[in-house]
Amino acid sequence: MATMTESPEKAAVGRFGAYGGRYVPETLMAALEELEAAYAKAQADPEFQAQVDALLRDYVGRPTPLYHAKRLSESLGGAKIYLKREDLLHTGAHKINNCIGQGLLAQRMGKRRIIAETGAGQHGVATATVCALLGMECVVYMGEEDMRRQELNVLRMRLLGAEVRGVSSGSKTLKDAINEAMRDWVTNVRTTHYLLGSVLGAHPYPIMVRDFQRVISREARKQILDQEGRLPNAIVACVGGGSNAIGAFYEFIPDANVRLIGVEAGGRGMGLGEHAARFQGGVPGVLQGTYSYVLQDEDGQICLTHSVSAGLDYASVGPEHAALHDSGRAEYVSATDKSALDATVTLARTEGILPALESAHAIAEAIRIAPTMDRHDILVVNLSGRGDKDMGILSRELNLKGA
Amino acid sequence: MPIRFAGKPGLVAYLTAGDPDLPTTREIAIAAIDAGADVIELGVPFSDPLADGPVIQRASERAVKGGTKLSDVLSLAALLRAERPQAGLVIFSYYNPILRYGLERFCSAAQQAGVDGVLVTDMIVEEADEYLEMLRRYELAPIFLAAPTSPDERLKQIAAVSGGFVYAISRVGITGTQSALASDASQLVERLRRYTDLPIAVGFGVSNADHFAAVGEFADAAVIGSAIVAIIERSEPQEAPSSIARFIKGLRQPALQAR
Repeated sequence: MATMTESPEKAAVGRFGAYGGRYVPETLMAALEELEAAYAKAQADPEFQAQVDALLRDYVGRPTPLYHAKRLSESLGGAKIYLKREDLLHTGAHKINNCIGQGLLAQRMGKRRIIAETGAGQHGVATATVCALLGMECVVYMGEEDMRRQELNVLRMRLLGAEVRGVSSGSKTLKDAINEAMRDWVTNVRTTHYLLGSVLGAHPYPIMVRDFQRVISREARKQILDQEGRLPNAIVACVGGGSNAIGAFYEFIPDANVRLIGVEAGGRGMGLGEHAARFQGGVPGVLQGTYSYVLQDEDGQICLTHSVSAGLDYASVGPEHAALHDSGRAEYVSATDKSALDATVTLARTEGILPALESAHAIAEAIRIAPTMDRHDILVVNLSGRGDKDMGILSRELNLKGA
Repeated sequence: MPIRFAGKPGLVAYLTAGDPDLPTTREIAIAAIDAGADVIELGVPFSDPLADGPVIQRASERAVKGGTKLSDVLSLAALLRAERPQAGLVIFSYYNPILRYGLERFCSAAQQAGVDGVLVTDMIVEEADEYLEMLRRYELAPIFLAAPTSPDERLKQIAAVSGGFVYAISRVGITGTQSALASDASQLVERLRRYTDLPIAVGFGVSNADHFAAVGEFADAAVIGSAIVAIIERSEPQEAPSSIARFIKGLRQPALQAR
């Protein structure tokens, strides 16, 4: 029988505690290693960092404000609520932070073709935008169910010159779009960069995407110290794959007194298939390249999920969140479809801000806990995206009347 | 029992277990072995087969819908082992169903069922420490994929930990048929040869007698998957075993191949 020649130290690469790693077809390994090396080199290169920073400032619109939501805070009668305004970024969500980084990286690697998956369409739009900016070919995979409920974003992507390929397998949502993007990547791996949109997938994606999103907490931490002279009591962010949440949490992880609260999609209820609350209904497993909490049945088949927000409608969660969950450093709760819709209306009417349905889950949790907190307490909510894309769903769910 | 390739080249036949149903998969496997397949790969259906093309995706979906579980696939393997002691039996799966079943529990059950080897599509050498330990404890051959994109250093690592045979992927991409066999395949086999004496089986896109003969020129065996699954898909269940037998015989005697 053969024996191991080397016990590769690489075994621990890309791990967050027990989670993460690389579970991919062998065909992709060379590409992942190439990406890992190119990313390490770019990270160490001040010129690359300067390129990213310049585009984030001049094109994307960073830094985003940290806004004290006075009327919302007063109406709830508890903690002071601040909103980190990622919704004000070009293309309307935090997704562009990562797309700028990976787009420039792909350019350095000489890859001219970009593929991406998208759920709510925000990552797809951000990817199409960056591809237009950098003159690259762009193909976006999107579940047909998501295309239907986020049609505006489909149109935006097409206008930007991207090809949107509908995915009709499985639940026709984000998970299925990732499967199809991975099939494309396996096939075109020599010429194509897979611009993964969340802290998911095989190493180095969870680390790389987190690094490109860390700017959220880097700014927020400085801003709250400038504005309040102290750290907040808690940070709240919605968690689909978890990229805005990890970006909002990351620089606060060493600040043990700052609670980190992730909000998953509670959907219509806690039955399997009715929600996307991985930390309540999931068990550790391997999906799409990484080991993390996964909503699955007793045979290891991946469960269907439901959320009113396409961006949170996914059966697994970023492996770093799994580690933060197990260590207790972050808490994960869920908000239902209904409470997210209610939160949307509340924020719109108290602050004149229309949140994305994803971000509305974080607002819902803030609305729930703020009244239980002291008036001197500070709650920072990452408002990861704006809600224009959701007008179709909102008008149906809230019975809004048009012309 | 060691995996042996009697034919030249040898033939590995992939079947998605439970497509169209488990009794039919059993009959097809028996027919395939009797028609000249050296090894049967029993595919464990999975909800998210991201390395597979549309044909195997659809088969997997049908089998999952039919309720086929990993434990059913192991029971099927035990039946086949009893009926055809000489055939090689390999469990072909994505990792998650095995993890959920329990890695050690799976290995133990696979050994009891008489399985020879295990191939996990999304398992790479770097992640395989515990996996290899368990497979070895239960005397199961670890079969790994080697890809045209794998640099020599990786091929060396793959060869070092493999057992049974090494599965060389003929081209980049997902499973599925193709009209011509890529030149990638022979180059990969040549590179792999430097690192292993194990048989090398070439798969992905091998779908007819011409491909089969071409693979025989440079490799020990060919893996045929999507072409077989596609025949099962378009056959009535009761016809499927004889259709597959005819197809397999036709690989070695092209005149017999139903076209």
